Amino acid sequence: MRRYSAFAIAREAARYHTGWGRAWRNPTPKKSYDIVIIGAGGHGLATAYYLGKNHGLKNVAVVEKGWLGGGNTGRNTTIIRSNYLQDESAAIYEKARSLYESLSQDLNYNVMFSPRGVLMLAQTEHEIRGYKRTEHANRLQGVETRFIGPKEVKRLVPIIEISGPRYPVLGALWQPRGGTARHDAVAWGYARACSDMGIDIIQQCEVTAIRQKNGAVSGIETTKGEISCNKLGLVVAGNSGVLAEMAGFRLPIESVALQALVSEPIKPAINVVVMANTVHGYISQSDKGELVIGGGADGFNNYTQRGSFHHIEETVRALIETFPIISRLKMLRQWGGIVDMTGDRSPIIGRTPLENCFIDCGWGTGGFKAIPGSGWSMAATMARGEPDEFAAAFGMERFIEGRFIDESVAAGVAH
Amino acid sequence: MSARLARHGRLIDRRKPLQFTFNGRHLHGYQGDTLASALLANGQTLVGRSFKYHRPRGIVAAGPEEPNALVGLGKGAGFEPNQRATTTELFDGLIAESQNHWPSLEFDLGAVNKAMARFFPAGFYYKTFMFPRAAWEHLFEPIVRGAAGLGRVPQEKDKDTYEYFYHTTDILIVGGGIAGLQAAEIAGKSGLRVLLIEQTPDWGGRAMVDGVQINGIGAADWVEKALARLRAMPNVILRSRMMGAGVYDHGYALGYERLSDHDPKIPGPRHRLWRIRARRIITATGAIERPLSFAGNDIPGVMLAGAVRDYLENYGVSPGELTLVVTNNDNAYLSAIALHEAGLTVPAIIDARPEATGALPQKARALGLRVETGCAIGTVHGGKRVTSVTLCNQAGSGAILDEIPCDAVAMSGGWSPVVHLWSHCGGKLRWDADQAMFRPDPARPPRGANGAGFVIAAGTANGHLAAEAVMEDAAEAAAAAVRALGAKADPAKRATARSMPEMPILPVWSMPANAGPKLRMKTWLDFQNDVKVSDVRLAAQEGYESVEHTKRYTTLGMASDQGKLSNINGLAVLADSLSRDIPQVGTTTFRPPYHPISFGAIAGEARGPLFKPLRKSPIHDWLDANGAHWEPVADWRRPYCLRRSGETVKEAVTREILNTRQNVGLLDASTLGKIIVKGPDAGRFLDMLYTNMMSSLKVGRCRYGLMCNENGFLIDDGVVVRLSDDTFLCHTTSGGSDRIHAWMEEWLQTEWWDWQVYTANVTEQFAQIGIVGPKARSVLEALGGMDVSREALPFMAFQEGQIAGIRARVYRISFSGELSYEIAVPAALGQAFWNKALAAGGDFGMQPYGTEALHVMRAEKGFIMIGDETDGTVIPQDLNLGWAISRKKDDFLGKRAQQRPHMVDPNRKQLVGLLTEDPQVVLPDAAHAVEGPKRANGMENIIGHVTSSYYSPTLGHSIAMALIKGGSRRMGETLRFPVADGVVIRAQVVDPVFLDKEGERQNV
Repeated sequence: MRRYSAFAIAREAARYHTGWGRAWRNPTPKKSYDIVIIGAGGHGLATAYYLGKNHGLKNVAVVEKGWLGGGNTGRNTTIIRSNYLQDESAAIYEKARSLYESLSQDLNYNVMFSPRGVLMLAQTEHEIRGYKRTEHANRLQGVETRFIGPKEVKRLVPIIEISGPRYPVLGALWQPRGGTARHDAVAWGYARACSDMGIDIIQQCEVTAIRQKNGAVSGIETTKGEISCNKLGLVVAGNSGVLAEMAGFRLPIESVALQALVSEPIKPAINVVVMANTVHGYISQSDKGELVIGGGADGFNNYTQRGSFHHIEETVRALIETFPIISRLKMLRQWGGIVDMTGDRSPIIGRTPLENCFIDCGWGTGGFKAIPGSGWSMAATMARGEPDEFAAAFGMERFIEGRFIDESVAAGVAH
Repeated sequence: MSARLARHGRLIDRRKPLQFTFNGRHLHGYQGDTLASALLANGQTLVGRSFKYHRPRGIVAAGPEEPNALVGLGKGAGFEPNQRATTTELFDGLIAESQNHWPSLEFDLGAVNKAMARFFPAGFYYKTFMFPRAAWEHLFEPIVRGAAGLGRVPQEKDKDTYEYFYHTTDILIVGGGIAGLQAAEIAGKSGLRVLLIEQTPDWGGRAMVDGVQINGIGAADWVEKALARLRAMPNVILRSRMMGAGVYDHGYALGYERLSDHDPKIPGPRHRLWRIRARRIITATGAIERPLSFAGNDIPGVMLAGAVRDYLENYGVSPGELTLVVTNNDNAYLSAIALHEAGLTVPAIIDARPEATGALPQKARALGLRVETGCAIGTVHGGKRVTSVTLCNQAGSGAILDEIPCDAVAMSGGWSPVVHLWSHCGGKLRWDADQAMFRPDPARPPRGANGAGFVIAAGTANGHLAAEAVMEDAAEAAAAAVRALGAKADPAKRATARSMPEMPILPVWSMPANAGPKLRMKTWLDFQNDVKVSDVRLAAQEGYESVEHTKRYTTLGMASDQGKLSNINGLAVLADSLSRDIPQVGTTTFRPPYHPISFGAIAGEARGPLFKPLRKSPIHDWLDANGAHWEPVADWRRPYCLRRSGETVKEAVTREILNTRQNVGLLDASTLGKIIVKGPDAGRFLDMLYTNMMSSLKVGRCRYGLMCNENGFLIDDGVVVRLSDDTFLCHTTSGGSDRIHAWMEEWLQTEWWDWQVYTANVTEQFAQIGIVGPKARSVLEALGGMDVSREALPFMAFQEGQIAGIRARVYRISFSGELSYEIAVPAALGQAFWNKALAAGGDFGMQPYGTEALHVMRAEKGFIMIGDETDGTVIPQDLNLGWAISRKKDDFLGKRAQQRPHMVDPNRKQLVGLLTEDPQVVLPDAAHAVEGPKRANGMENIIGHVTSSYYSPTLGHSIAMALIKGGSRRMGETLRFPVADGVVIRAQVVDPVFLDKEGERQNV
């Protein structure tokens, strides 16, 4: 792999950048791999990357029906945080966050991790208590968060309306090392690093069937032919139920469209990520200057990745109430992504009823922030054949046992 | 230099001059001008700076596709960034400023010169800024952020208002050009309801400047007559200044009407968002001209040929004195001819086609214009203004044949139908190679619930460029829509058009065809975001092959015009780089809105106090006037306490508690949810909803009930009252009334739809007032009218009747452990009853109290509070409420879930009481208990958390409740609560009932 650096750019500039090679290879699939991952989104690519990097498993293919990073990885609001209440969640999200800290250097690809800080506003007494509870838990879990008062909120976000007539800002849970990253770059960086290790990323290759022998997975059938494998990973948020059906089991998951939008670009107005769960909206400003705004999930099951209007309306109302100056800005674009919703809004990582078939899904509305941790844990789980320390609590058997890991307590609906 | 001509300008009124300022300069224009035409009329060709390189930018287009002329408009509370000069109607006193430069538009320190731009190709930031690690966060990113962005941030709260308008129609027609008008007439005659909308203030569209004849008369005359006929139809609504912003599922569409942007003096809302349900939508949205890709095509003075024509004919403005035309089609010759006929100089028409033999080129030649076929622009020279172009062979790589001085360039790369609204909801496109355009594929329209297509493209938007075909297609589109809705239409009774015939276009995606890297680095695709041909080629070279990858890697089409000008050219370059056909590469996704719409319009009226109207109890005003210290509770405000003068909040709470425990308190409990459940199956229904048996409740009695969700978790609690044999009244928590009512309805409507049960949320129909304390009975007796004795009205019973002359239901229930009555009276009589109670209670020392006293008193009794002791993960068994779970019932919501292994695990967190070692120390809310050494992953071993914690003035020490793993087996244990670094509070596990364990106080 040619290393990326300022020097490389300078060298290439001299010859009009004609010397840059492909960021990732475009291979023809081999007949067989040790491991096949279905889904070249962030989670799938990260899984492949850590299989190669941490476990030396490089005879790996990642197959993708569309283009890598083209699903939820490329359509989320890029928020990264780990201020979760439950121990199991805090562990895996903090692992992910800490991997993000050095991801650009690990991948030699600038994913623009920007730990500008995440604020979760408390706008009722109930929310104050909820966030204080999280603060207490996070301190004991080793996650750096702090409950701050309205004055400090105002200092961090000068454009915020602290004493709105309806829901005054009473304080906030502040995670100073939360932030954002460039979502496409995360997928591209992992893809480039995977490709460099010899892992094949096969795009435009839709899986049509999962083959099994004696109750264990033996391979897949795709639009580019049959591929056999010893182990199979399903990492296809939004389509998890479809793949599970091919593998012969059902998931406790519903697929719904989550709404998002951006404003036109303006000069820097807000330098941290703000989430307001009472009024329901979250906002940050991209490096391009757009306000990136997350809304709610549609109230019906759906596979079309389309924007709908009704959540946009609620979200924009909420944000104008919180940041009155945005009223005269304009919505540039809105879209939807299909997210997996589990009963407890926590993910599923682990084994499936089909032997040697593993699954990583159910990240709900907050999968982007988990990508490195999810890949790390899924890779370890697949390499060992059993859940690693992070995945142990997230097996799908918890829905049978009633052992929910419910974050709605502290996080409201938005993750 | 651009200037106002003495003639021309069909839209401006030269008798009405207007004053405006641009960057502080006082300029003038005319009524009817856009800001863009007025700027050009004043010779202002430099209007902004590009996003990445801060290059000089001039006006390119005349409509919403404009990528460059974005300005800040207005000031203070009326300031709006990023407004298009091309869609801004001029008014007297308009204030505009250019954007994205420092210190000034003419001299911008951020400008990246040509030599440096080479180091910033597409995606360069992914390859650098990585070392040292902290540098991205602290150095590079702040620089990038400061340089990016466009407009200034508004500083003040918006002064304007906005509103929604809901509208249902049979046929929505978007676009008021000749196709839209034709379609509206055909559809209107059918008698169906028609809404025709047009984004500009004027009707007729491009036909008005292109010399089209309709039914033998000029387009302008025909449009005027057509409008008159349409206005006479009662079933047709016409709206100008209203854009079709988005098409959503099932024929839902957004119309964005700008009511006073063109004249801020007009009172009323600034924008109105029409939320339209249409059975059919006809998109007659026209087409957008494409730029050509030649080096230097971003220099101010280079404009679209159609826009040049618009400025000339509509506003009497010339783009320059010497306007060179460059094209690959006949249509641009219209501009050359128009300029020439206006007395301006056209030094040459450069046509990439090997020959130009059509009627228009021949006319141009006949007028003496120089036409160079098979040629291209090699490079445009100039800095902040075009000075000349070099002529070269289109087939070559740029060898210079001639240099032609000029101060403006009119370019045309062909036209792309506006397919956005067609595509928003899934309509598919096909590539028309002959016309070099993506056009709607009628076989794959957006489909509604019944599978029928609900969007029909018409006219130019459907890929018909000649006026003759446009009028025919529009009539057919309207007839198809009408017939689909079961009415009759006669497309034969349509108007017919004539225009100058045009010869075929030659697709040209690079000019000259074999331009090398040096030229490609100076050839812009996306003017605002500074994406060049070289950038797209680099993306393809590096494997970003999908059109979505290319877009995201290069930012092509991500500017505020969303690729209206750049996308087709960009994906043609991508296709060429990959040696693929254009349709194989495909387009990026078209997303709403068509053109940006204000957040204000999206929010509508819902702002300030109307954001979410405050719910007020009937006693709200009295409480407000009597020292209420408010706290938000769900949609309500409730008094935390009622402060007397000179009192602190804490003192007030203590006083209220002690007075209620010793004498009697008065509580406004009106916010409690009250839901009537009625019908023959009401008891059966409540048996499923509550863990308790409710069907066995006797008329006249009350029962405390618990509701769980299907996962077994406790979601609400409250007292259920049986009013009559088939009628129950369910009390919910204050925050729960709407949620629980919806919950009931969901089950009734989706699962038990055949059960005979009705529900009604009567929360706001009653005021509910608690009279609480040892002297409560005396107060009620003093109020008079009802026997409230222990025998007549025992604990957990109720009576209906008159009290103090007011019709009331009196429930003997208690949330404080005291002798307590809750009296429900009609909401309108709530204040009257409150006043009477206050008067009667005076002799007994009665004082009103607030929510905090209520909380402390319930905690003293170990009563749980939904939201404190529960958090969505708690089952009743965890809270020692197993007694409220009926074992006689076959089923209830949550029953099966509560039998799962984890739910019966003795190590679940269970509710306990806590007494701190130092009784004066109050545990912080939500403090966590830890036990033993840290876990392997470095986390402390958390075993539970405090759910409620207070200082009890009644008991004289702190009390707390907590959910602790295996808590019920830990009685007497001392737990550690590390509450801050190095600070640990120790507390003993005790029974959570701290006061009156036997319940003697409430049972008197």
